[in-house]
Amino acid sequence: MMLQYIARRLFAAVPVLLGILLVTFALARMIPGDPCRALLGEKATQEVCDRFMREKGLDRPIHEQFLFYIRDVARGDFGNSIRFSQPVTRLLVERLPTTVELSFSALFVSIVVGIPLGIISAIRHNSWIDVLTMVWANIGVSMPVFWLGLMLAYVFSLLLKDTPFWLPPSGRVSAGMDTTPFYEVWSLTLPESGFWRALGEFLARLNILNALLTGNWALLRDAIRHLILPALALGTIPMALIARMTRSSMLEVLGQDYIRTARAKGVRYREVILNHAFRNALLPIVTVLGLSLGTLLGGAVLTETIFGLSGVGRILYDAITARDYAVVQGFTVVIAIFFVVLNLIVDISYAYIDPRIRLN
Amino acid sequence: MTNQTLPPSSNVVRLDAEAVSLDSVSLWRITWRRLFRRKSSLVGLGIILVLILIALTAPWIAPYDPLQVLIGVENVKMRQAPCIHLLGCPKEQPQHLMGIDGNGRDQFSRLLYGTRLSLIVGFSTVTFAIVVGTILGAFGGYFGGWIDNAIMRVMDVLLAFPSLLLAIAIVTVLGPGLINALLAIGIVSIPAYARVVRASVLSIREMDYVSASRALGGNTVQILFGRILPNALTPLIVQGTLGIATAILDAAALSFLGLGAQPPTPEWGSMLGAERNQVFTAPHLVFFPGFAIMLTVLAFNLLGDGLRDALDPRLAHVSK
Repeated sequence: MMLQYIARRLFAAVPVLLGILLVTFALARMIPGDPCRALLGEKATQEVCDRFMREKGLDRPIHEQFLFYIRDVARGDFGNSIRFSQPVTRLLVERLPTTVELSFSALFVSIVVGIPLGIISAIRHNSWIDVLTMVWANIGVSMPVFWLGLMLAYVFSLLLKDTPFWLPPSGRVSAGMDTTPFYEVWSLTLPESGFWRALGEFLARLNILNALLTGNWALLRDAIRHLILPALALGTIPMALIARMTRSSMLEVLGQDYIRTARAKGVRYREVILNHAFRNALLPIVTVLGLSLGTLLGGAVLTETIFGLSGVGRILYDAITARDYAVVQGFTVVIAIFFVVLNLIVDISYAYIDPRIRLN
Repeated sequence: MTNQTLPPSSNVVRLDAEAVSLDSVSLWRITWRRLFRRKSSLVGLGIILVLILIALTAPWIAPYDPLQVLIGVENVKMRQAPCIHLLGCPKEQPQHLMGIDGNGRDQFSRLLYGTRLSLIVGFSTVTFAIVVGTILGAFGGYFGGWIDNAIMRVMDVLLAFPSLLLAIAIVTVLGPGLINALLAIGIVSIPAYARVVRASVLSIREMDYVSASRALGGNTVQILFGRILPNALTPLIVQGTLGIATAILDAAALSFLGLGAQPPTPEWGSMLGAERNQVFTAPHLVFFPGFAIMLTVLAFNLLGDGLRDALDPRLAHVSK
């Protein structure tokens, strides 16, 4: 039953993925001016442009062009960046790990803080801790990520300088830190190019994962210290949303008869809260989590520009100013696909949490 | 009202009184009363009213022209810290409540003028998204079938992008600028409204009074816009109020990235973006615009939450 459900969800995601490709394809075609000069620069001659159009299949009918585009994307070919003179795929392998690490750290912070806060507020309904959490949650939801990031940097990197609480305001690791990839430490030989090479490099650039895999504790500590401020800035809005939803969902469940029954038959309070109430309150919380993913990925763009992290956000920002369309298009597609996959995981986890969903 | 004369402690009596008053008092009256009972929504409404007042009276209350460079006109320096006479700043120095920005302009005046832009951004994008979203959602929900399918699949695709990223991609194509940024934010907000309206229309179109209207010979447009939509307004109002908060936040983010309002327009996001590298040397230039954004967004969020609870009695007990 579960497998059938997963297959159904996967099948439903196909039209959405096609739609994403269509939207990015259309956006790229709507760019004013001809695509050749947009990609090769203003100085490209007519001759060069004619050859370029032929090579890229841009002289073909539009529906054929779209099919070519799908074929290229499926092969992992997103074209070349004019600004960086590199294939976009190469840039993705270099830059995506920063964003992925940042987004997951922020998500981790928001869950680890948001859910307990929400549960405590619900248990101590209308107490000072509840009021405080809700005031803070309302402010947290309204906080511009970029402002919070700058303010955190000001407090932790300037005001708390020379204290143990000082945290670095930019970068992923300190200068001179050993970041030897795990495959070199393990003496693995990866092919020069291709999928496995890209995957190996991608994983090695996730500093925390690489540090864990190689047992490099100095790198782990340093990478975490660099991640705290950006993850806090980025995680605040989802944290507040999760805290609010956990609270209201728990309040609703705590008023149910089966909770009273569980208490009446002598089940310990802690067990009632965690096993009976929380498990049933989880569904709306996971929904909010899924909704927060978009905020998280969008916010990552802003957070990276503030904390000097050369991730997707930074490169998108640079690409936009340089009108580097291939990069904007490639990164938008990959992030959207990443987002769809994450939402798929959320959908599948619904069925795990609430078996009734599988049946519908 | 009858229940005002009753002792507040007798809950049972009060509930009865409310039940009685339901017959004679309109839904809006009840909503207002519920809304005013919540301190947080009152705070939100209060802040919004003050912001509207500031936006309307900006030319009169701003001490300086927001675009005027004061270097050479007054004895001020670039990025000078705030000078407030009441807090001990020497009287011979001109008063600048929030300091001077990187181009030698009065930050406080720019902030006041920025209120106008933020409110315009919030209301205009949401109006655009509501109008388009309502039409799409209403047609989809009312006609069903392939029209509904086509509309909702397009909405699904739009929702598949993280909203800020899609807005960035759209602005990249259209070119940076405030109008294009507004259009981008408007477009990415459409699906939320389309879904809300569609859901309401789906449930309302089966009601007896709609069938009655059809039986009496009402045409599609009359039934849809005269009978169904007015009854689907409630969730739209809530979504719209919360949507203004999101729109203001997204517009500020786009301006912060240099894709929205262009200098020298006094817009909070672009003011913050222009001075973001000075956060260690002139934190006031970053703090005040960001705080203004937060306060405005907070106000709309509080009011939106209050409206949702006031319009949906089932939620009233949860977040009182």
